[in-house]
Amino acid sequence: MPSYQAPLRDFRFVMDEVLDYPRHYAQLPQAEEVTPDVVSAILEEGARFTREVLLPLNRTGDEQGCRLEGGEVLTPSGFKEAYAQYVEGGWPSLSGDTAYHGQGLPTSLGMMLSEMVCSSNLAWGMYPGLSQGAADALRHHGSDGQKAQYLTKLNDGTWTGSMCLTEPQCGTDLGLIKTRARPDEAGGYLITGTKIFISAGEHDLAENIVHLVLAKLPDAPEGTKGISLFVVPKYLPDAEGEAGERNAVSCGALEHKMGIHGNATCVMNFDGARGYLVGEPHKGLACMFTMMNVARIGVGIQGLGLMEVSFQNALAYARDRLQMRALSGAQEADKPADPIISHPDVRRMLLTQKALAEGGRMLVLHAAQLADRVECVTSDAEREAAETELGLLTPIVKAFLTEVGFEATNEGVQVFGGHGYIREWGMEQYVRDARITRLYEGTTGIQALDLLGRKVLMSQGEALKPFTKQIHKFCQAHEGDAAMAEFVTPLAKLNAEWGEITMAVGMKAMQDREEVGAASVDYLMYSGYVTLAFFWARAAQAAHQALAGNPDDAAFYRAKLDTARFYYQRLLPRTRAHAEMIRAGGESLMAMQAEDFGHGFAI
Amino acid sequence: MKILVGVKRVIDYNVQVKVRSDNTDVDLSNTKMAMNPFCEIAVEEAIRCKEKGIATEVVAVSIGPKGAQEQLRTALALGVDRAIHGQSEEQVDSLDVARVMAGIVEEEQPGLVILGKQAIDSDNNQTGQMLAALTGMGQGTFASELAVEGEQVTVTREVDGGHETLALRLPAVITTDLRLNEPRHARLPDIMKAKKKPIDTRKLEELGIERASYLTLMRVETPAQRQGGVKVDSVSELVNKLKNEAKVIS
Ligand SMILES: Cc1cc2nc3c(=O)[nH]c(=O)nc-3n(C[C@H](O)[C@H](O)[C@H](O)COP(=O)(O)OP(=O)(O)OC[C@H]3O[C@@H](n4cnc5c(N)ncnc54)[C@H](O)[C@@H]3O)c2cc1C
Ligand SMILES: Cc1cc2nc3c(=O)[nH]c(=O)nc-3n(C[C@H](O)[C@H](O)[C@H](O)COP(=O)(O)OP(=O)(O)OC[C@H]3O[C@@H](n4cnc5c(N)ncnc54)[C@H](O)[C@@H]3O)c2cc1C
Repeated sequence: MPSYQAPLRDFRFVMDEVLDYPRHYAQLPQAEEVTPDVVSAILEEGARFTREVLLPLNRTGDEQGCRLEGGEVLTPSGFKEAYAQYVEGGWPSLSGDTAYHGQGLPTSLGMMLSEMVCSSNLAWGMYPGLSQGAADALRHHGSDGQKAQYLTKLNDGTWTGSMCLTEPQCGTDLGLIKTRARPDEAGGYLITGTKIFISAGEHDLAENIVHLVLAKLPDAPEGTKGISLFVVPKYLPDAEGEAGERNAVSCGALEHKMGIHGNATCVMNFDGARGYLVGEPHKGLACMFTMMNVARIGVGIQGLGLMEVSFQNALAYARDRLQMRALSGAQEADKPADPIISHPDVRRMLLTQKALAEGGRMLVLHAAQLADRVECVTSDAEREAAETELGLLTPIVKAFLTEVGFEATNEGVQVFGGHGYIREWGMEQYVRDARITRLYEGTTGIQALDLLGRKVLMSQGEALKPFTKQIHKFCQAHEGDAAMAEFVTPLAKLNAEWGEITMAVGMKAMQDREEVGAASVDYLMYSGYVTLAFFWARAAQAAHQALAGNPDDAAFYRAKLDTARFYYQRLLPRTRAHAEMIRAGGESLMAMQAEDFGHGFAI
Repeated sequence: MKILVGVKRVIDYNVQVKVRSDNTDVDLSNTKMAMNPFCEIAVEEAIRCKEKGIATEVVAVSIGPKGAQEQLRTALALGVDRAIHGQSEEQVDSLDVARVMAGIVEEEQPGLVILGKQAIDSDNNQTGQMLAALTGMGQGTFASELAVEGEQVTVTREVDGGHETLALRLPAVITTDLRLNEPRHARLPDIMKAKKKPIDTRKLEELGIERASYLTLMRVETPAQRQGGVKVDSVSELVNKLKNEAKVIS
């Protein structure tokens, strides 16, 4: 069974030495609470909880999956008890509003814990994860009464949440929603329709489930401008606000799926279920979008968590497994063969995992600081700046980290050779679990359109500039530094190219809008690699600085430099291919008629 | 009644122990540290006594480097009321610890002192016994069950032959065995509240103790690699090997 140790030393490096979290936290309203000692105590306890409680349930959850019996969903054994422990520990409320039973800690801290949860048990982690999404939507858009009723219960974890968007005929294009909401006499609404793929839509972990449902009012305009958001509890609150009468919402079926078997993916039937409008009529999609940033970063973190755990286990295996001699002669002559970590190709795989996971952690923790600032900063200009940068980085976090997350977990299987393909080693589960992260909360294709179309081009490049300016400043600051030249020189070049490519795509798009879609995914991947290069350069700089002081753990910093070099020399060249493909444009994609695709076979 | 519990900062049981390249000690740089698991059991037992109304106050004591405050904070988050930290950046031996503890016992007058039976780093299994000798208190070591009634504590001990039950007059020293209880996890709100609970940090000199190292650490080595086993064809070959190669029977 795979093992997992939360990478607490790496968290400390990123927080203290690369991103200056102590200063960041000192500027937040919660400054008194989030002193470094408390932050580290929380991370340590989180690490322990995930290792001792969640990790042992990961394989069994995958094997058992969820069952639907008489309309009730039974989660794999141990999930319910683990959730009770999680609630008892006060974890659901971590970043919740103190006025509604929350602990009021920064969003960023919740994201760090989330990485550990995703590493140890993604399927389990999605139950509290969905509650977080529902809580966010209500926090921003719920009435005071709705917050008092539902937010408190979601924060203390006694009730969980779900997000009901998708329907059989629509996933990406929510304008096609058919679920209807009809006003009833009591001032509420009756919701009727079928939702599919609803994660945590039904289960046995909590007393009640708060569904947030997108539906259309009778007078709704066509398309996305006609969608409203409703809160629909599984059990209607009684006079005391506790779970009372059963509502007309039920789970019709469970999906049988590739991964995250421990998480219930439900068909949800709403048969005139009582619901309450959240926010204004027809503004439901906008309501959903305010929380989308955090939820999407949450999915990026899933990719990150899976890379980390896959890497840790591949590393242990590669040190242990003896196969063949090193090409330059025996490394461990007393053994029948050398450990496979001696072989360059195995090192390539391990370093790919390591560089992407550690680089991804820097990106996520940087985005997490922006998320804190969006919540807490009081000056409008500063908040807007944080919002713009977070808006730019969100699709990168979501799609880039899940794309490379899938690649990295696959390398984890490869390091294990044939054993990686065998279930009991646990490595193939990470691949299956990672696969969904590229799909839900907006597919990679949709994230790429969001990045290039909505964020970058729609703003005439203005959304990108503040970020490329940061990179430019960093490069300038280290211009004459010989030790940093191996990072700063290529980074400065790429940074300039990023701007040029953006301009070039923008020009083409003015002639033909399809050029945006044609370039989008390559543009996103290109942006991801450059963004990670920026963080790896900063890590290298922090490592140089630390090494100058002859630290006890010099080996840690030397490994950082080695990994940074690997990233620059062996992963960053991928930008060349993406740049070429972007420049090639959409002509070859659009030339063929849809009916000409299948001439090789007869239907 | 007041309970004193010992909390030692040790290398985390989950991490692989590395030896320094010059063999002078275990390499603790960049290594995750944690509360000694037997101390966790001691803290848990003390908190349970408080929850049952047997104890009114639980005080955690750690003697060790500055970093030991992390483990004291953990104890505070678990439900301990306050902490005393005898700070020493140098290695302290069991007897030093017992003497510091004895001084604190004198000051605090606890009804019970609960310590781990041993620490997983040095495996000495002697501090509790030494403390009992220094203070004249009774001792119940390797406790797997503990019940306080009035002025007496009943301790079930795990001994080689089975279980032994002792009745001790209070105040007494108890050392915990693995099966005494299952320690809880700290709750998030309590981790935050622990920050406001007091830790009284004092240098060993302030506690009236001079370190009197009786031991010198000479050398630390990683255990020798285990050799692979062999299959034997007959009982007589086995006996022969046990006699002449392994020399475990004669
Ligand atoms: C396990 C699981 C859990 C889920 N959990 C939830 C949940 O809790 N709540 C919920 O509401 N939904 C949930 N979903 C649904 C998920 O969000 C959708 O599957 C996803 O948004 C894609 O929608 P779709 O499946 O309808 O695919 P489609 O929208 O049909 O897309 C098919 C393909 O076409 C591409 N595509 C579509 N439109 C465009 C375009 N304009 N430009 C370029 N490419 C395009 C997509 O990128 C994709 O590759 C879940 C799905 C799964 C599998
Ligand atoms: C479903 C399945 C069906 C199979 N069917 C058969 C069958 O019918 N008959 C049969 O005999 N076998 C079969 N196999 C075994 C399969 O051929 C082996 O698993 C495969 O050859 C890899 O060997 P390994 O698993 O021992 O991995 P290892 O040899 O331990 O390799 C582990 C990793 O180290 C790398 N590596 C090892 N040595 C070097 C080196 N010198 N340089 C660089 N990298 C190196 C590998 O590329 C791999 O990434 C099957 C395996 C599976 C999973």
